[in-house]
Amino acid sequence: MTDLSMPQTQTRSQSNTSKIALRWLLYVLLGLFALYYLMPLFVMLTTSLKSLEEIRTGSLISLPREVSLDAWKTAWSGACTGIQCEGLRPYFWNSVLIAVPAVFLSTLIGALNGYVVAQWRFKGANIIFSLMLFGCFIPFQVVLLPMARLLGMMGIAGTIPGLIFVHVIYGLGFTTLFFRNYYVTIPSELTKAARVDGAGFMRIFWSIFLPLSLPIIVVTVIWQFTQIWNDFLFGVSFSQAGTQPVTVALNNIVNSTTGVKEYNVDMAAAIIAGLPTLLVYVVAGKYFIRGLTAGSVKG
Amino acid sequence: MSEWLENHLPKVVLAPSFIAVLIFVYGFIGWTAWVSLTRSKLLPKYEIHGFIQYERLFDSPRWDTAINNLYIFGALFIVIAMVLGLLLAILLDQKIRVEGAIRTIYLYPMALSMIVTGTAWKWILNPGLGIESMVQGWGFPNFEFDWLVNPDYAIYTIVIAAIWQSSGFVMALFLAGLRSVDGEIIKAAQVDGIPTWRIYTAIIIPSMAPIFLSAFIVLAHLAIKSFDLVIALTGGGPGYATDLPATYMYAMAFSRGDIGQAASSAMIMMLVVFAIVVPYLYSELRAKND
Repeated sequence: MTDLSMPQTQTRSQSNTSKIALRWLLYVLLGLFALYYLMPLFVMLTTSLKSLEEIRTGSLISLPREVSLDAWKTAWSGACTGIQCEGLRPYFWNSVLIAVPAVFLSTLIGALNGYVVAQWRFKGANIIFSLMLFGCFIPFQVVLLPMARLLGMMGIAGTIPGLIFVHVIYGLGFTTLFFRNYYVTIPSELTKAARVDGAGFMRIFWSIFLPLSLPIIVVTVIWQFTQIWNDFLFGVSFSQAGTQPVTVALNNIVNSTTGVKEYNVDMAAAIIAGLPTLLVYVVAGKYFIRGLTAGSVKG
Repeated sequence: MSEWLENHLPKVVLAPSFIAVLIFVYGFIGWTAWVSLTRSKLLPKYEIHGFIQYERLFDSPRWDTAINNLYIFGALFIVIAMVLGLLLAILLDQKIRVEGAIRTIYLYPMALSMIVTGTAWKWILNPGLGIESMVQGWGFPNFEFDWLVNPDYAIYTIVIAAIWQSSGFVMALFLAGLRSVDGEIIKAAQVDGIPTWRIYTAIIIPSMAPIFLSAFIVLAHLAIKSFDLVIALTGGGPGYATDLPATYMYAMAFSRGDIGQAASSAMIMMLVVFAIVVPYLYSELRAKND
């Protein structure tokens, strides 16, 4: 929007003044909204660094007079989730143990599925894809009860492999969608030419498609990691004491009713539980947003 | 043999996922639908007894509260998040110098778990030590803000936290939409001297109708499935004042041992989601195949 393209009727100085004022107003508004979004994080951080005494006497948004890391230590290795008092640490590792294999498997299978649906269309492939797509949108409440029974029958109820299994199954729809939409943009002539040259299904995938896939792999891995790390419903339904993921443990710490309420420990625990996905977002925000929009406004 | 395998490899690769979806999505929905028609209590029974679970459900005051809460929460959450998201997107679309940084700040809550969000807002809204005591400390000793523990207002605290979490995402959707509007039309309108706000209301926003629809679908979907946020923020309380269908279902399934009620409430949730999502997906798939 340059001044040259705008027919100017008012005097230049007048319009300039109001323009500058509007500009200021715009930045003030944007700044206020930024404060609104940052405020909870700021409050969490400052509260986690205060002593309980200071929390009781001070104000919500005041800076800590004395910075103390005790609450962080307790949150990591001493806070009570019910009867046990081991902090978040074991549950944090549970989440890692669940997320890493589940992300890897669901991404790998999704890549192969997407490759088939986009490049090796056979009769019925589209129907299969549509059926998988609808599966992305079901409220998981509708599968909780039978899944709990099935995990019991398979002997993996309340175990980490059980949770990995559940996350892989219900992640497949989205990972297939991501890769399918990406591979559809690659001309099918490429596959045909490779077949004429004698390359087979797997060979074409390994040597042609996989090397082209880095961006969509990043998008899918970030999406799946965020989903699985932040999951609570499956975690709380299909785990038992000792195998709970970090979100369930955090909720138990915050809502445990025994002893004095340690708000600083709650806040430190919440930051610890949120840190991995927050880091991923800060480092690879572009890919994070691409996954979000691909998951909602399917391309 | 190996030739047969090579020819059928695409099908062989897709088959396990297809079977998994058939069993774990459609088969499981069928199981839940079946059990919702039985008298199952602690353990599932498979003898059909008609719609008694649904009758019990609609007679239950707790389910009534959950549905009412879903209306209140869903309507406020969707409308406010969309208005706020659109406003932020338009503000950010004015050739802002530090757009990238501001966008990052607006969107980061979306990366957090609802449990983390709920924990943070539970502390901020804590009547004794949070905003209430802060404002009292500023010299307004009569200031009251006890929504978190007030059965009539607790549901609004869930709206507050949910909007904080999701509005940045709506902004990102709308911002992408604003950027995709044909620049030539906007330039032409500017040359004609049409004021900026008219350009937005008459040209840009109407052309973004599909984005509004997507945003609505995503937000409605989030609202119906809301579970973690309620658990972390209010635990469904005080009493069951902030129950939503998802927390009702969970309570029936895992703490009340009433599988029949859990199954029937889950089926209602699925029907609501499908009523919203299926027409949308259908039209999307149709549009793509044409």
